[in-house]
Amino acid sequence: MNPERSASIVGISEYPLRLARGVSPMEIKVDCIRAALDDAGLRWSDIDAVYDAGDGEAGGGLQLSAYLGLRPSVIDTTQVGGSSYEFQAAHALRDIAAGKCRVAILSYGSTAASNRFAIGTGGLHRGGGGNWQANMEMPYGSTLIANYAMVKQRHMHEYGTTTEQLAGISVSTRRHAMRNPEAVKAMTDLEFVGVNEITAADVLESRIVADPLHLLECCMISDGGGAVVIASAEVARDARKPPVWIIGSGEATKYCENDGDITTSAGAQSGPEAFGHAGVRPDEVDIAMIYDSFSITVAVCLEDIGFCKKGEAGDFVAGGRLAFDQPGRLTLNTDGGGLSSNHPGMRGIFLLIEATRQLRGESTSQVPDARIALAHGNGGMLGSTHTGGTVILARD
Amino acid sequence: MPKRPQPRFPEPNTEPYWNGVKERELRYPVCTVCDQVVFTPRMHCPACGARDLEWRTSSGEGTVYTFSVVRQNRMPGFIDLGAYSVAYIDLDEGFRLLSSVVGVDDPTRDIHIGQRVRVEFEEQEEGEYPIPVFRPV
Repeated sequence: MNPERSASIVGISEYPLRLARGVSPMEIKVDCIRAALDDAGLRWSDIDAVYDAGDGEAGGGLQLSAYLGLRPSVIDTTQVGGSSYEFQAAHALRDIAAGKCRVAILSYGSTAASNRFAIGTGGLHRGGGGNWQANMEMPYGSTLIANYAMVKQRHMHEYGTTTEQLAGISVSTRRHAMRNPEAVKAMTDLEFVGVNEITAADVLESRIVADPLHLLECCMISDGGGAVVIASAEVARDARKPPVWIIGSGEATKYCENDGDITTSAGAQSGPEAFGHAGVRPDEVDIAMIYDSFSITVAVCLEDIGFCKKGEAGDFVAGGRLAFDQPGRLTLNTDGGGLSSNHPGMRGIFLLIEATRQLRGESTSQVPDARIALAHGNGGMLGSTHTGGTVILARD
Repeated sequence: MPKRPQPRFPEPNTEPYWNGVKERELRYPVCTVCDQVVFTPRMHCPACGARDLEWRTSSGEGTVYTFSVVRQNRMPGFIDLGAYSVAYIDLDEGFRLLSSVVGVDDPTRDIHIGQRVRVEFEEQEEGEYPIPVFRPV
C-alpha cells in the first residue's frame, strides 16, 4: 500500500434534509461547512483552501471565498459534473502535499427538488443551443435518462445483461437506505411510492422512463448538500476523529467517438490509475461508493474500475449481493445512494462522505472492520461526454 | 408536422453540416492530414489538431449502434409526441451521429441494434432546416 500519508479527510457533513423549501443553496453550503469543521474540531478561520464546483449560485471561486469571508491561498474551481468532488479531493491531496495549504474545504448546496428542476427529463442543452454539441443533439429531444439508457441497451445487447440482474443494485441500495433515517425521511418527503425494501420484481414492474431504464433504476432528484474538510497530516493528528487518508486518485474523461465503445466509461482509465497510485488491488477494497445516477452507471463503473470483468457486472450485482450483510468481499453504496437517499444533481461529495463514515465505523450499514474504501464519481453523460474520478481512502 | 428545435447560428463548427442538410445531403469533415473522420463536426481535427479539413457527402446509410425510447420528457416540442426514439447511428463512412429512427409502428418493439437504416430529411413546422432522421431500410 502507498505509504504516503499527506492528506486526510478530517471533517464531513451531509445536509440532513432532501426537501428544504425556503432554504437557499448557499445556506446549505454554509451550514455544512460549519458542521464539517465541528466534526473535525477546526475553526472557520483555519480554512486556507477553497474548492468550488460552481454550485449554489456563488459565482465562482473568488465570489465563494468572498461570501464565506475567507482568504485562501489555494482556489480550485474544477467543475466536471457530478464527479467534481473526486477531482477536487485529488487536487487537495496534491496541493496539501506540495505545502500550498493545510485545511481544504469542499462544499455543495442544491435545491433541485424545491425548484422542480427536471434533471433527467428536461432535455439536454436546456435553454441553450448554438454550440457545436447542442446544434447536433437538440433536434432529437434526447434526455439525460435516454443518454444513460442507450448505454444499458448496448450493454444488454453485447453481454446479455438483464434488467433483473441490474435490479440487484437498486435492491441493495434500498436495503441500505431503509437503515438510514435520513434516507427514509428523504423518500418520505419526496413522496416515493412505497418507502420500503424492494425486490427485483418491483424494479421490473416499475414504469419505463426511457427504454430500457425503469423508474426504480433511476436516482431521485432531491435538495441537499454537504461539505468535506481535507487537512494535512499535522492537522489530522489533532483532529477530533481518526484520520481517513487519501492514498490514491485517478482522473479521466471520455467522449462519444466514432467506433467508440459506449459500454466503457472514463473509469477504465481513472480506476487503474487510482489503484496504481494507492498500491492496492480491487479485491482489497471493503466499500465501493459508486455514483448511482442509474443502475447502468454502477454496472459499467464496477467493470471499468476492475471489480469484475467487462460484461460481467450483471452477474456481479444480481440478487442484491452487494448489500453490507451479504457474503462476499465488496459492499456498495451503504448510505442508500442516489437511488434511495440523496441526489441533488452532483452526488460526488456524498461518495467521499459515506466512504469516510465507513472507515470511521459510523455508517448506518457498517461493514465490520472496514479498512479501504473507494469513491468513484461519474460526471456528465455516461453515454457521451463524461468524466471519471476515483479516490481511494484508507484508515490507519 | 414535427416541431423539432432548429440549430442556432452563428456556430461555425456545424454550419457546413447544416448547409448540407438544407440541400438534402449528409456531409461530414475528414482531416486531409491524417485521414481521420471528424465527428461531431469541428473546425480542427481532434486526432492531430490540423485545420485542413475536407467536407465529403455521406451515402446516408448506416446501422443502429444503440437507442432508447423516450417515454417521459418535459421539453417543449416533444411533450406531445408520445414515445419516440433517440439513437446513435453509425454511418457507413465511419462517423457516429445522434438521431432518431422514425417510420416504425411501435418504437418500443420495432427498433433494434444492428438494424440498417437510411437518412431522410424531415420537414419541420417552423424553421428553414429540415432535420435528418433515419428509417429502416
